[in-house]
Amino acid sequence: MPGCKTAATHKTCTANLELSMKNILLHTALMTILFLVSQSFIFAQVVVSPQGPVTSIKEAVQMAGPGETIEVHSGIYYENDILIDKKLTLNGIGNPVINGNGQGFLLIIRADSVIVSGFSLQKTGRSYIRDYAAILIEKSAGFVIENNRIDDVFFGIYLAETDGGIIRNNDVRAYDTREASSGNGIHLWNVKNPKITGNSVMGMRDGIYLEFAENALISDNISSENNRYGLHYMFSNGGQYVKNTFLKNGAGVAVMYSDNVDMTNNLFEHNWGGSAYGLLLKDITNSRIEDNRFYRNTVAIYSEGSTNVDIRRNHIEQNGWAVNIKSNSSRNRFTENNFIENSFDVRTDSPRNNNFFDGNYWSAYEGYDLTRDGIGDVPYRPVSLFSMIIERQPESLILMRSMFIRLLDQAERILPVLTPKTLFDENPKMQRIQ
Amino acid sequence: MKLLSHIIKTEWKSLLRGKWVIGYTLIFLILTDTLLRFGGGGPETLLSLSNVMLLFIPLVGMIYGILYIYQSREFVELLLTQPIDRKVLYWGLFLGISTPLMAAFIIGSLLPLAWHGILALDGGSAALVLGLGGMLTLIFVSLGFVFGLMFYDDRIKGFGFTIVIWLFLAILYDGLVLMLVFLFGDYPLEQFVIVVSMLNPIDLARILVMLEFDISALMGYTGAVFNRFFGQNTGLVTASGMLMVWLVIPTWLGLRIFRKKDF
Amino acid sequence: MIEIKDLKKSFGDLQVLKGMNVSIPKGQATGIVGPNGAGKTTLIKTILGLVKSDSGMIHVNGTRLNGDWLYRKDIGYMPQVARYPENMRVYELLHFIKGLRDQEAVYEEELIEQFNLGPELEKPLRTLSGGNRQKIGATLAMMFNPEILFFDEPTAGFDPRSSHKFKQRVKKEKEAGKTIFITSHIMSELEQLVDHVIFILDGNIRYYGSMANLLELSSEERLEAAIARLMDEPLNNSASKNEQTKNSASTLKMEFA
Repeated sequence: MPGCKTAATHKTCTANLELSMKNILLHTALMTILFLVSQSFIFAQVVVSPQGPVTSIKEAVQMAGPGETIEVHSGIYYENDILIDKKLTLNGIGNPVINGNGQGFLLIIRADSVIVSGFSLQKTGRSYIRDYAAILIEKSAGFVIENNRIDDVFFGIYLAETDGGIIRNNDVRAYDTREASSGNGIHLWNVKNPKITGNSVMGMRDGIYLEFAENALISDNISSENNRYGLHYMFSNGGQYVKNTFLKNGAGVAVMYSDNVDMTNNLFEHNWGGSAYGLLLKDITNSRIEDNRFYRNTVAIYSEGSTNVDIRRNHIEQNGWAVNIKSNSSRNRFTENNFIENSFDVRTDSPRNNNFFDGNYWSAYEGYDLTRDGIGDVPYRPVSLFSMIIERQPESLILMRSMFIRLLDQAERILPVLTPKTLFDENPKMQRIQ
Repeated sequence: MKLLSHIIKTEWKSLLRGKWVIGYTLIFLILTDTLLRFGGGGPETLLSLSNVMLLFIPLVGMIYGILYIYQSREFVELLLTQPIDRKVLYWGLFLGISTPLMAAFIIGSLLPLAWHGILALDGGSAALVLGLGGMLTLIFVSLGFVFGLMFYDDRIKGFGFTIVIWLFLAILYDGLVLMLVFLFGDYPLEQFVIVVSMLNPIDLARILVMLEFDISALMGYTGAVFNRFFGQNTGLVTASGMLMVWLVIPTWLGLRIFRKKDF
Repeated sequence: MIEIKDLKKSFGDLQVLKGMNVSIPKGQATGIVGPNGAGKTTLIKTILGLVKSDSGMIHVNGTRLNGDWLYRKDIGYMPQVARYPENMRVYELLHFIKGLRDQEAVYEEELIEQFNLGPELEKPLRTLSGGNRQKIGATLAMMFNPEILFFDEPTAGFDPRSSHKFKQRVKKEKEAGKTIFITSHIMSELEQLVDHVIFILDGNIRYYGSMANLLELSSEERLEAAIARLMDEPLNNSASKNEQTKNSASTLKMEFA
């Protein structure tokens, strides 16, 4: 569309002309060069502003050629389903707002190397059939979505069949408190190598959702007060998530049906409720959970059918249950963790035990260290009789910390009858592990 | 009022001179400091401290209260022949001896918490544990008063009764609750166990400690009544209110007996 | 002036005061005697407000006792057993009681000097000898110059010198027109200090009247012997009815005759 191109160039020139008022000589020269080479020059750009001449982003996308930049100035743009099907850079200047009026998607990206930054994206459509998102990226690679504020939407940023790409420093939030009618903050489906970093997600269904995501790197995000999971892994192998904060999510973080996941240096805090977990593991194999901090969750780590997971050097403090491990979990290793003042340390549903606890610090340990090697001389049994009592009669929970219960627990620890005989830490540390 | 404060001040002076209130302070000072040095950080220490508090403050408080009545018998009788109201004398004696014991626990525990920096870290939790300890001190000193006045002429009986009451409230009561829970496990019991726990001041204090330190586990319980009770502020408000009632009942009872009693 | 009408008191099944009537005029010094458990202490405690009567009335200076405590400002009481908070010092105890009474302790210094308590003032009460503690009790009873004084076995812990001093003091109070009650097992002491006697036996007043009259009636020289004779007499109901001095005396006269 040559006419279009001319218009765009003209627009660019006008903008530059205004600038050149301050430095006429230099800019006259520059303008001339720009005018001559504009059709092939990479930093060619289209300016969108409420004052015109271009007032619609859709129009600007149509006008811009591949590789060009669209500069959107502050203002409110009521548009939706803006399809970006070529390599473009969309820069929001002064935080322009794109408001979908509750209809459809806002941005749909179906081209490689698209950059979107500095926008406020609001009010997508809501539907039980279609996952309307503020930004949908399909079958693309090399994109960068950063510094956007996404507010009051159904889904936030939706990646489908992409490879690579960076989602960085975005803020996503919504206000629906029902799990069924809210969407995910950052949704990844069938993607490879995505990088999700420095984002903040709040009030969605799942903060960050991964399904068939390979080698995802999820770091430095804050995912809080989401209706279901702060982070939800499904069938996503080989990824890692590090240094994230998961706070007050309806059900904590869930990692399911995945292999080789690295979970390190994250903070799981205040995930409370009848089925809330700091971290829920379901059918996870060959993974690492290291140097995380679990603070005040109903269950810090819940494991069902997990195999060969290393749980090391985590700090697990003041949770309801530090570990709830179902008997179908096996060969998991809990080592060098700090278990501090959890109401219950370990809960399990079978007298058999196929997991390994060794060299942890347990604040409830009351043994002694006569050999002075920093390791308690008698093993610690982290499954208390009271936790089994509660399993049978949940109302007895009200007796927690009572003297009578302590006496019962003490007796059981000395002579285990009802608790798993083989579940113990042979080398409990006397001091906290730094 | 002037008379009341005159009696309280005199009791304070005389108790402070008796070394053992200072000894009591030192016990908690050393205990808390040791817990902090060897037991790790804030919540661990506060929980150990609250365990000690829940077990021993009721016993010490009651023994202290009853012992005062027995030891000061003649003196109290002399005071009763003075032209003062028995009511004023009762409050003066009760507040005069219970507040130093309360202060001994609070100060003894507070100082190590302060110099180990726990106050800044876990100020709220620390305040709760210390506050509850203080409250239990008042409640059980006044219970000691009541038993002392009830068994005024039979010290053996008085002390025996005190020990039995302590054993019952501190340990056996919860055993009975557990037994009932298992006996009637097929019925909805949530409301029942809440009500029953409200009837024992030690359980009340324990529940408040639990609300502070074990809320994560409490939230894992799915029963609706518990969730409403513990989840919102209902539990906190009810338990604190009941604890106040538990303070009012024995002090009021003590006052009643004291006013009507033949000495 | 103390008036007691039909005063009854039981502790459980035990009837301790079985309806006492007595009227004691102002300025009289009265000894209360009787065997242990007769009801002496209960009578005094009832007048002091330590024990509440089951029925009957007591008027002290015209005020009827009904749980009100103001009348006790006219009363000084020296208990039989003097035990005080161990760590309190003597001057603190005096200060404490003064703070309770809101009356001027007019005789404080005089009594301290008289009983030689000056050197003891700074000492904790637990370090004091029994005699000194008794002296403090006496000081506390008399220092506010109350109109009515009760001494319960006052000289039990005294050495002869202190005992003498104490009696001098009581005599002085008597001369000053105080109403005085003394219970004692030492009859010779009562002979020196009182002029009237109330003899209580088994919850009843068996004799109330002047000592001279009692001695005369029982034809004994000494009070001790007179009381002993009273005790030996089989219980006579007509005699125990709480009559006024004259009546009692005449009853006794008949019995002794």
